[in-house]
Amino acid sequence: MKTAAYVGVSGQEKTAKVKKTRTIPPWLKGFVVPIIMLALWQYAGSAGLISETVLPTPLAILASFYELAVSGELADNMKISIARAAGGFLLGGGLGLLFGILVGFSRKTESYLDPSLQMLRTVPHLSVTPLFILWFGFDELSKVLLIALGAFFPIYINTFLGIRSVDAKLFDVARVLEFGWHHQITRLILPAALPNILLGVRLSLGIAWLGLVVAELMGSSAGVGYMIMDARQFSQTEKVFVGIIIFAVVGKLTDSFVRLLERKLLKWRSSFQGTN
Amino acid sequence: MSVLIRVEEKAFGIADKRTVVLDDIHLDINDGEFLTIIGPSGCGKSTLLKIAAGLDTEYTGSVNIHGREVKKPGISQGFIFQEHRLFPWLTVEQNIAADLNLRDPDVKAKVQELIDIVRLTGNEKAYPVELSGGMSQRVAIARALLREPEVLLLDEPFGALDAFTRKHLQDVLIDIRQQKKITMILVTHDIDESIYLGTQLAILRAKPGRLQRWLPIELPFPRNRTDTSFQYLRQKVLEEFEKTEHSAYTEGAGI
Repeated sequence: MKTAAYVGVSGQEKTAKVKKTRTIPPWLKGFVVPIIMLALWQYAGSAGLISETVLPTPLAILASFYELAVSGELADNMKISIARAAGGFLLGGGLGLLFGILVGFSRKTESYLDPSLQMLRTVPHLSVTPLFILWFGFDELSKVLLIALGAFFPIYINTFLGIRSVDAKLFDVARVLEFGWHHQITRLILPAALPNILLGVRLSLGIAWLGLVVAELMGSSAGVGYMIMDARQFSQTEKVFVGIIIFAVVGKLTDSFVRLLERKLLKWRSSFQGTN
Repeated sequence: MSVLIRVEEKAFGIADKRTVVLDDIHLDINDGEFLTIIGPSGCGKSTLLKIAAGLDTEYTGSVNIHGREVKKPGISQGFIFQEHRLFPWLTVEQNIAADLNLRDPDVKAKVQELIDIVRLTGNEKAYPVELSGGMSQRVAIARALLREPEVLLLDEPFGALDAFTRKHLQDVLIDIRQQKKITMILVTHDIDESIYLGTQLAILRAKPGRLQRWLPIELPFPRNRTDTSFQYLRQKVLEEFEKTEHSAYTEGAGI
């Protein structure tokens, strides 16, 4: 009797718990912690517990953002930053894709090129920044090249890997069906390597963004990075925050875009999507 | 004779690790016949089929189809693998068309006809992940048939399927053979399947793979597994099987 009663109670508790969690949708749960943090932060600032120059309140940052947006300063700087990142990414990523395909397809090019590329890869790309400034000056060129250098390797490696991991059994099928080289690439190798290539794109975009920040903080006369450095000199901490948030948001947006692309292009996949 | 397979010798490995898997196998198959090859595991029956397809060229002997020597794989020797081996990124109709253009109305019509034959109507736009094992294997069969092969080679194509699906696919195969009059060679380890499908039966023995027995199966289609004549043949094949096993044991005794 005792055990039965106990089981009954715990059963009721369980259902109650399930009902409770269901009232908060999962996408909302992620907001709980940040909102609490922001509230505490705003309170600490308003109450004068923290100095404005060290940590401006969220509302002050919002006001600064509004000001920058209205004056057009933000849009101008963002345009320049995005152009640099896109240029560097396209150059580096494009070359990475090209070399990845070349090396992936032929063992000969692999043995000639891959060791050198792997050696260069071990050099932290930001460490060559001074060299790039010496060679290419403070202009756009050095910035774009720095970003391109970073963006090159993830796409290169993942394209190469993707091509090499195409199921050998499917190559037998291609032989039996008498695929020409053209169809072997478009119907077999590229689609099979696409998951890896897209992963490479995501990683490259992340690195391109990082390269952009370094290049702009290092010295420039426009761009979001410049805006941050400029604000720092005048102790406009809220403006620094706006810049950092912009970097974060645009970075996240591009990543989401590639993930969307992944979902569209890889809808044939059924790999494990994670548990709740 | 439409398909002539002559394997003098096929061996794996080199020097003292060399093992002969196929020894002196001659198979002559007439147009429109359905040859089933059956044998214990390790008798080299799948290797024999790969040789016939041109997928394996390291052997002594030759394969001829209508007088043309087979030196590499190609669409005239359609091949169905044990697993369906569909391209996961292509839909059912794209998989069947493969390197052919679906926008070509001629190709499109033929693909649709084959989809109907293998009873997959309505699944044209599905991806392989959405299909069951039996459906996938039917797509693979349609893909091979679209190329109008002179001979269709099937390497234990239904081995991984459940009994109901297997029976269904066997009937699909019989249908296809009657509609398209294609010569077929099917490798299996299932005695019932070999008798249910074949017009001729080759029993192989293992170590090394040799032809043990060649048996015509003259039962009319559709066949019934519970018929006495079917059961009689089954008994006969089993007896041959026991002989091969017996010889394998006695030959293996010295090792």
